[in-house]
Amino acid sequence: MTGKNDVSYNSVMSRKNEIMKQAVGLDYDQFEETGLAFDYEAMMAKAGYSLDEVIDIQFETCVGRTPLVEMKNISALARLSAQPGKGARIFIKDEACNPSGSFKARRAAVSCYQAQKYGYKGVIAATSGNYGAAVASQAAMRGLKCIIVQELFDSRGLCQPEIMEKGRACEAYGAEVVQLSVGPELFYQFLVLLEETGYFNASLYTPFGIAGIETLGFEVAEQVRATAKRDPAAVLITHAGGGNVTGTARGLIKAGCDSTAVIGASVDLSGLHMASDRDFNRKSFTTGHTGFGVPFTTWPDRVDVPRNAARPLRYLDRYVTVTQGEVFYMTELLAQLEGLERGPAGNTSLAAAFAIAREYNRDEIIVVQETEYTGAGKHPAPQLTFARSQGITVRRGDPLDNKPGETIVVPQSHDQIAVQEVELSGLKRSYLKRAKMEKDKSGSDLAPLEKDYLAAEIRGTVNEVEKYFQEGQ
Amino acid sequence: MSGSYRAKIAAVLRKGSELMKEANKGDWVQIFKIVLQPNDRAPGLPAETAAVPLTMKVKGFLKNNSARLGDAVMIETITGRVTEGEMIAVNPVYDINYGAPQQDLLQVGIEARLALKGGKNSQ
Repeated sequence: MTGKNDVSYNSVMSRKNEIMKQAVGLDYDQFEETGLAFDYEAMMAKAGYSLDEVIDIQFETCVGRTPLVEMKNISALARLSAQPGKGARIFIKDEACNPSGSFKARRAAVSCYQAQKYGYKGVIAATSGNYGAAVASQAAMRGLKCIIVQELFDSRGLCQPEIMEKGRACEAYGAEVVQLSVGPELFYQFLVLLEETGYFNASLYTPFGIAGIETLGFEVAEQVRATAKRDPAAVLITHAGGGNVTGTARGLIKAGCDSTAVIGASVDLSGLHMASDRDFNRKSFTTGHTGFGVPFTTWPDRVDVPRNAARPLRYLDRYVTVTQGEVFYMTELLAQLEGLERGPAGNTSLAAAFAIAREYNRDEIIVVQETEYTGAGKHPAPQLTFARSQGITVRRGDPLDNKPGETIVVPQSHDQIAVQEVELSGLKRSYLKRAKMEKDKSGSDLAPLEKDYLAAEIRGTVNEVEKYFQEGQ
Repeated sequence: MSGSYRAKIAAVLRKGSELMKEANKGDWVQIFKIVLQPNDRAPGLPAETAAVPLTMKVKGFLKNNSARLGDAVMIETITGRVTEGEMIAVNPVYDINYGAPQQDLLQVGIEARLALKGGKNSQ
């Protein structure tokens, strides 16, 4: 739009707030309270859309109302290693049936609606995931131009096969794909493009994007009730940036599922650095993993908008991890026992559900709330072929022997599939640690409003917040 | 046999892109450019990332009358943006496939079906 601005790194980064304000068409300042605190619910209510509005918006572009399918054979297999009377019925929400093949169409539908409503000529999203194709597809339906910025290759030029496929899909929908090497400065290039084009920032983390996912949680509740006349005992959500957890949980709450456990699941990639040129191609999952799941939980505002509408700590009842090998194993079972070729990354929560089903009674229902499409490069065989080419050992064995970046162990048998707990109390402490760091920079004491805000952020009490700030633990 | 077939296909694809060393105005090409030199990169990066530049690849229609691989060129992207960089490919191929069958996954379905039939519980 302006075109003539200084595009050096420091200059662009110094214009960050101004560029984002233009590109989201939302003044986040109106929700700021004092210091760390902002009015999250006011932002969601004012800047998002009501559930009914979102349903209408998504109906316009064929998004949502995906089937809920019972995993009868997988549930039966899980029961073989459960105590008598245990082994819940596992259902899966076949989100691959959305246009562009993932639940991300729900977010993109509302973002593109918003962009069109406010007269933007096009949309831009920074994503290496399914969200790119979702935005490209929704933009195509609304006649908007679309640019997707993705992190794709390392300094050798070697691309992640899964991300290559996602880029291809974006191009299939008529989007321009800007492909970058490894590094967080992708955000800088993203800002340059927003400024150059004047397009809408179809961020994953806006209130309207998150509102788009609420229908998913709401549909899960309605479909389970229609099928079994009861609420789901638990909903398992593959967790990365936090939007999937936040939106789904908010939808469940709106449906009145008060006793449903919200369980996040990520692939364990501990030890791999997300900004590392070396580690980039040593992983077999580019989303749904702890490299996003943990940092976005402990400090959500590390995103491309001033305030993140995805705030998973407010909603998670439990957070677990599974290994890469276990998710590949479950992907195989989903295809071979249930006849659904989906994932792999989206099957992270399915692997967790297989283990967690053993904890629930046989008449209880647990729901895996997404699937995603499968494609060339985005499938266990090419991903393991690629892993081997990078020197990763792939073998059968005990999942406990998985070592991200070194060894992928495909379980020897189904009864080895298990989850590792990530203690929420630890994540809450990390969140408060970061909050304290921010507060120490400002040199002022915590205001009462800030204490309330932080307590809501960690789903705790003002006492806990005060105690941490006094004692540092 | 399948190995040699794969090699043959790979060779054809390679040859295809090697043959296309030149492009004319309007051809679909890919450009490469350095976005940030190592010195200009963000602070706090892992050493191996900080040591290399941040680079970018974009595809579009060639605006120059003609060009050879390695030339500095202008392109118009699919959204109509005009940008420049070094031409690195003409009509670039999508280099993705379904990979090799995985020995470590081939038994998974067989074992699970057997377990469901009561054959083996944990194998």
